[in-house]
Amino acid sequence: MGLIQIGRHSKDSAPDVITTTVEKAVNWARKGSLWPMTFGLACCAIEMIAAVSSRYDMDRYGAGVFRASPRQSDLMLVAGTVCRRMAPVIRKLYDQMPEPKYVIAMGSCATSGNIYDSYSVVQGVDRFVPVDIYVPGCPPTPEALFDGILKLQERIMLKRVFVRQPDQVKPSHKI
Amino acid sequence: MSLQQLASRLEESFATGFVKAVEWRGELAVTVTRDRLHDVAQFLRDDPAMDFDYIVHVSSVDWPDDDDRFEVVYEFYSIKKRHRIRLKTRVPESDCIVDSLTDLWKGADFMEREVYDMMGIRFRHHPDLRRILLPDDYSEGYPLRKDFPLRGKGWRDTFEFLDETTR
Repeated sequence: MGLIQIGRHSKDSAPDVITTTVEKAVNWARKGSLWPMTFGLACCAIEMIAAVSSRYDMDRYGAGVFRASPRQSDLMLVAGTVCRRMAPVIRKLYDQMPEPKYVIAMGSCATSGNIYDSYSVVQGVDRFVPVDIYVPGCPPTPEALFDGILKLQERIMLKRVFVRQPDQVKPSHKI
Repeated sequence: MSLQQLASRLEESFATGFVKAVEWRGELAVTVTRDRLHDVAQFLRDDPAMDFDYIVHVSSVDWPDDDDRFEVVYEFYSIKKRHRIRLKTRVPESDCIVDSLTDLWKGADFMEREVYDMMGIRFRHHPDLRRILLPDDYSEGYPLRKDFPLRGKGWRDTFEFLDETTR
């Protein structure tokens, strides 16, 4: 990005032209208005709620508009233990989200199943939806969640917009 | 009525069927035989001195080394009299069925279904005995049994809703 000054305003002498790429502008718009979907499954949801509330104020990063519908969201925050019976629901909601969409696995349970090495607990949500960012912690603090969101924003800035991408809907590894 | 009085009252009323009564840390647990369970439960509910009007919980225990492998445990509470009792009965693995108490307490319905779902103990005359926590088509058995592998038998890693292209 660069600033080109082709004229002067009489009042503040501010430049009036900005050069950038359309790709950067699109990515900047995307990263600055992430609309997460409320998906609290366990105690991580409490930290997620705290992150949105006034003390931490996730809206500072443009990610504070939590939606109750996947059709209005582009970020799925899987916060909590994923039981096998919940798995098809999560996948269905993920499929309903419009592209481009991102997934954050919040906490040890959504990342790996945590200590719940049990018959009913899925050993990581990445087994059936592709995960962009893993946030460790049990549960992660709001600061840790913010770190994950900032890292996701960094990654969004690196994405190509007008070039055909490899299919991102596929899970990251075979099951 | 003290817990001792409760226990001796039960023992008097049910000469056959009464196995033992244990009081431990202020909690009374009475074991009865399976064929008398429903009668004892009815007595607990209807006798004016007992008056157990609230079924708190139904659970089950697996004792894999015992002859009568399973134990069904009922917790009752009397809201009026403010006393509690725990009622236990043993079930062999070969004949895994007890009488349902849903005709006495409607609240036993879901809790007995949970015992059936997790431990595989059936309840005779239950109005709607099917799985409650696990899916209806779950086919790996009864997860709370001690011989069930902790990590299950593959269900948690099977995602049939993913089609071939996304898998």
